[in-house]
Amino acid sequence: MEGPNVFAARLFPQDNFFVSGHRACQGCAEVLAVRMVHQVLGRNTIVASATGCMEIISSSYPDTAWAIPWIHVAFENSAAVASGVETGLDILMKKGKIPRRRIQVVGMGGDGATADIGLQALSGALERGHNMIYVCYDNEAYMNTGIQRSSSTPFGAATTTSPAGKQSQGQSTWKKNIPMIAAAHNIPYVATASPSYPFDLVAKVKKAMKVKGPAYLHIFSCCPTGWRMKPELAIAIGRLAVQTGSFPLYEIENGKLEINLPTPELRPLKDYLKPQGRFRHLDDATIAEIELRVQAEYRKLERRQGQVL
Amino acid sequence: MEKRIGLEASIAVAEVVGLCDADVISAYPITPQTHIVEHLSEMVADGELQAAFVPVESEHSAMSVCCGTVAAGARTFTATSSQGLALMHEILFIVSALRLPVVMAVANRSLSGPISIWNDHSDVMAERDIGWVQIFAENAQEALDLTIWGFRLAEDQRVSLPVAVNFDGFILTHTIEPVLMPDRESVQAFLPAFEPLMRLDVDQPITMGPVGIPDIYTEAKKAHQEVLTQSYGPIVETLDAFAKSFGRQYLPVETYCADDAEVLLLTMGALGETAMTAVDQRREKGDKIGLVRLRLWRPFPFDDLIRAVGKVPVLGVMDRAISPGGPSPVASEVKATFYQQEQRPKVVEFTVGLGGRDTPLSDFDGMFDTLLAVHRGGEIPKPTIIGLRE
Ligand SMILES: Cc1ncc(C[n+]2csc(CCOP(=O)(O)OP(=O)(O)O)c2C)c(N)n1
Ligand code: SF4
Ligand SMILES: [Mg+2]
Repeated sequence: MEGPNVFAARLFPQDNFFVSGHRACQGCAEVLAVRMVHQVLGRNTIVASATGCMEIISSSYPDTAWAIPWIHVAFENSAAVASGVETGLDILMKKGKIPRRRIQVVGMGGDGATADIGLQALSGALERGHNMIYVCYDNEAYMNTGIQRSSSTPFGAATTTSPAGKQSQGQSTWKKNIPMIAAAHNIPYVATASPSYPFDLVAKVKKAMKVKGPAYLHIFSCCPTGWRMKPELAIAIGRLAVQTGSFPLYEIENGKLEINLPTPELRPLKDYLKPQGRFRHLDDATIAEIELRVQAEYRKLERRQGQVL
Repeated sequence: MEKRIGLEASIAVAEVVGLCDADVISAYPITPQTHIVEHLSEMVADGELQAAFVPVESEHSAMSVCCGTVAAGARTFTATSSQGLALMHEILFIVSALRLPVVMAVANRSLSGPISIWNDHSDVMAERDIGWVQIFAENAQEALDLTIWGFRLAEDQRVSLPVAVNFDGFILTHTIEPVLMPDRESVQAFLPAFEPLMRLDVDQPITMGPVGIPDIYTEAKKAHQEVLTQSYGPIVETLDAFAKSFGRQYLPVETYCADDAEVLLLTMGALGETAMTAVDQRREKGDKIGLVRLRLWRPFPFDDLIRAVGKVPVLGVMDRAISPGGPSPVASEVKATFYQQEQRPKVVEFTVGLGGRDTPLSDFDGMFDTLLAVHRGGEIPKPTIIGLRE
């Protein structure tokens, strides 16, 4: 990462290509992440979006929040559509049918669109090596359809299809590790990021733009509505996710892993879970069990720091 | 100069996709479509065709990639069959609603289950409502001609809709026939450069595929209905233009020996050729039998069909697919065409050639006998499956 200390807020890119007027909930950090990503990507960008919150809230005809070309086809195929846009532009430039210039093609989707229904299309696009960025905005459930669990929902979280009850502690499976699945495609760049760490996010989007071939960004996207928490805590929760080891910020550049915000002293997981209603039902024993696993995963990541995976 | 050569229909179709200078081919293999895409990838590999061949991981992605490439302004071809078409189903409706002029060859094959790689029309009949222009070829020449024409029509800015060119799996796809292969110059003269109605352009950003709230969904559907219905004019016009350029005239509905016919049989696709031979044989014996060959399936050519049938009192309809629990797809369309007409034929329904079941001349004889019996005053029989092993 470029040293975060040399940045000042006014150096953050100022032009917006995802503009105000959209219908996202108060405190939505997913929409904040989308805006930040596109402040960096800039004007010469084409977006293919999956169905989901970000599509619904930004494109209610005749309104649009998109000041750059944007296409939505379906839920599970934004990686394929983006790969098509990239292929189309590339061959038209090769054949001299349109002028040669640099246009960044981006596919985007939620965790459901990415980790579940669209995993095959994503894998295909990554494997084929298209010169594109794919961004997963991970709010850890299917929010657009009413907070149903996805394979990216963390253990213990209550959703409308993994509810807490007499026989249930909420989600009974562990969060699927999509960034590592993306990295297993041997693509040049994979990174996790969070709008709670804007300069780290900016640096990663810039790197993703520079690589030749596919880049994958996995962005922590706090959803106060679905996580049943105060909207004003969205940024703080994003920091706690990193500080507790729940959502470590790292990048894998040409196979080499680097933890960008090393956190040798992990904060107690409780600090992260407490403000969120989705974890309200968890007893101390379960929290301790989750903490053990989260910290073990983080230590595993630490041991791979600097290694070529 | 056009060349007369013997070619497998699949290869002929692939060759003309090259003559049309397609920019992108995005496809996933499935029997009996494979020869088309194999040949195209060879042409790209050999540098005969400057195009991107996208070897996707599924048909769902094949069609999704097509959305992206056409939205970027690239002339795009794909081909599929059966399960592959079914897997595309979700996206097919969206491609047409987005007005993206993809051209797709459908090598018609039956749908599972049971799994069957052989020919019938159950794949395309399940996609009736996708909002595409859908047309059927009877032989290899038509398959290649309609592919060239497909690009011209699809990209016509009055239309800007995807086109599916159907040709029967194996019966056509794997059959070597003599064809007239046009030369590059005449194809280029017939097919102007692709100027999309809309494209994803960073200098003129647009939002494609927005949410259709209840306030506009109905209007969006009406607009789609209208543009597909009104594509009939450009269809006839471009088929005429094709005839001027290449000397082969195609019509939405064609007839054979219909002028003095007492009974007619309606066919679609390759069986139309066998049907003509069957008619010839019966005509020699004095039976006044004729054919209606339905080429255009969407937009449905109501008026042409009414004109083609004229005053003939008995019309047999051959369906190559069934709709379990309901009327067969082509027959129900034909009946709907005539329901409000004063002059309407008695319609006799035949289900024919499912999952590769052969339809020999003797089966046609049987159908003709049934039609003639109805003509002589016999009762209209219940819908029958022809060639069924009891
Ligand atoms: C094939 C298909 N299945 C289901 C849906 C319904 N659906 C639309 S968006 C969505 C969930 C989106 O979740 P995610 O991708 O995580 O995005 P989020 O809304 O959480 O940002 C679902 C289930 C659909 N549109 N298409
Ligand atoms: S439901 Fe969640 S992700 Fe969706 S707009 Fe609201 S806060 Fe954002
Ligand atoms: Mg989600």
